[in-house]
Amino acid sequence: MNYQVNEKGYYGNFGGAFIPEMLFPNVEELREKYLSIIQEKDFQLELNELLRDYVGRPSPLYYAKRLSERYNTNIYLKREDLNHTGAHKINNTLGQILLAKRLGRTRIIAETGAGQHGVATATVCALMGLKCIVYMGEVDIKRQAPNVARMKLLGAEVIPATSGSKTLKDATNEAIRDWINNPVDTYYIIGSVVGPHPYPDMVARFQSVISEEIKKQLLEKTGNENPDYVIACVGGGSNAAGAFYHFLENEKVKLIAVEAAGKGIDSGHSAATSVLGKPGIIHGSKTLLMQTSDGQIIEPYSISAGLDYPGVGPIHAHLFETGRAEFVSATDEEALKAVFLLCELEGIIPALESAHALAYLEKLKAKENEVVVINLSGRGDKDLATYIEKL
Amino acid sequence: MSKINTLFQDKKQNILSVYFTAGFPNLNDTTTIINELEKSGVDLIEIGMPFSDPLADGPTIQRSSEIALENGMTIKLLFEQLKIVNSTIPLVLMGYLNPILQYGVEKFCKDASALRISGVIIPDLPFQEYLDEYKTIFEKYNLKNIFLITPQTSEARIRLIDEYTDGFIYMVSSASTTGAKNEIGSEQEQYFKRIKEMNLKNPTVIGFGIHNQQTFSKACEFANGAIIGSAFIKAIETGEDLEKDIGVFVNTILKEQLAHRNS
Repeated sequence: MNYQVNEKGYYGNFGGAFIPEMLFPNVEELREKYLSIIQEKDFQLELNELLRDYVGRPSPLYYAKRLSERYNTNIYLKREDLNHTGAHKINNTLGQILLAKRLGRTRIIAETGAGQHGVATATVCALMGLKCIVYMGEVDIKRQAPNVARMKLLGAEVIPATSGSKTLKDATNEAIRDWINNPVDTYYIIGSVVGPHPYPDMVARFQSVISEEIKKQLLEKTGNENPDYVIACVGGGSNAAGAFYHFLENEKVKLIAVEAAGKGIDSGHSAATSVLGKPGIIHGSKTLLMQTSDGQIIEPYSISAGLDYPGVGPIHAHLFETGRAEFVSATDEEALKAVFLLCELEGIIPALESAHALAYLEKLKAKENEVVVINLSGRGDKDLATYIEKL
Repeated sequence: MSKINTLFQDKKQNILSVYFTAGFPNLNDTTTIINELEKSGVDLIEIGMPFSDPLADGPTIQRSSEIALENGMTIKLLFEQLKIVNSTIPLVLMGYLNPILQYGVEKFCKDASALRISGVIIPDLPFQEYLDEYKTIFEKYNLKNIFLITPQTSEARIRLIDEYTDGFIYMVSSASTTGAKNEIGSEQEQYFKRIKEMNLKNPTVIGFGIHNQQTFSKACEFANGAIIGSAFIKAIETGEDLEKDIGVFVNTILKEQLAHRNS
């Protein structure tokens, strides 16, 4: 089975580039050039140096002893929360900003949900001296205030998305509309493995450093580069794509994608796309999508702004359809419990998004000798207000 | 022969096309709007099928789509409403791909064709995808697919689109979403001129940002006609006296042509 994107930009039945003609020249230019640019020696050198000295990579693979004791197995946390800016998002924004510079673009736009991608974009724009505009849903601006302040401090302009559900989906719509209005000088840094081809593949490649490191680190620690399980949360799915990437071809490694069930899958307040979605088109790609029978996109719900998205990246739709990854979900409640447990047992405050992956440990039933890697995609500083309410 | 081809054969200039969002301002205004537009002298009507996430549209059409959906508009209901429409001018359906996919592409074409719809404009259906996956279905039901070109579209691509089009080409007036309100500047005129000098086999109609008599006339200097959307939506948004609002609006746009005709 092949899990990589094909020439036409598809993962099996999913993907493609369903964009209005106004975006065609930009997306086509990217499609023609992205592989050759990111494979250039210069580009690789610059990116790797920044990943090491600026982001702090490799991020540690930490053996969580007390958590392992609790679940009677061997749990390793891939500490993406220790990256500069506090999440995996910067792996991708650094890659894309170097690409944008090589394409001669001077104005950078981005969408953001939880604000992590917005902060990571504002950060690399400051680093490169480029103008940065971030679209963020009005609802998310309220629930992720610290990240809004960070972006502003870093020099970005944060524009509220006031249409639709006023969350990530609508912020993405607004960013796409901005690109339509500014096709010449602007580059759009998409934050997840979503959007028209080549974005899903490009973002997956930039995030694949996560699984590349996991392999090396596990080999050093256990003598075997392959774990039994890799678990990651999925909204659009960039941290999961990065954590799964180098294990895709080895079917012995079980891949588990944890979606946000919100208040429960059948509650009408959920973001569990693999269960509630059908094939459709969102933000330029064919994928699984929460929609009405008339094809209108349904507004999802999750306590976590980063998982509050009605679709998944086309790579995940393909992994779901082929059964290569198992798709499960965790509710708001279960995620919050996992936050408090990790604080208590390991002294680590995880992001709400990453806590969905941790929550699945309750149901996993891994054996005593098995190895479980959880991608701890981000830290919980941005969610403190939510956590304090629950104390 | 398609009504679209007949229109452009009979009338080479000043073709006025008007877009409205079905289900706006009220759910059951569809037939009234079509009838009044035709009566007022509009040459072609684009019936917008509302979508929750209209990426290529500015605030006015976003809002009309949102209201239309709240009112309960669906493709199924629209097709019911269109059954009693008996229009002599070409009707074109405009909307995003996802609702059409869920309706079923072949069923959509079949039903639209039975309602004497002449063509479709689907902004997020890319040209190549159309050729590879959908062309045969649309042609089977004699539906013209209308494609967009923009100031950034390369000459080679415009030639390709022209080759595979048999209807008209929709020229997006500038790099923007719908509803821009600027006057037409010299950069745009350069682009209009460039396209005119390409001598395409298809007629061209300019849309996006055409909002009054001046912009309409200016566009018609370079193309066979122009499309008005957002400005029309605004003109009818109160919904209080549709017949009057539509008549007044179209008259304002066409007053120069009407004056010529009468003199």
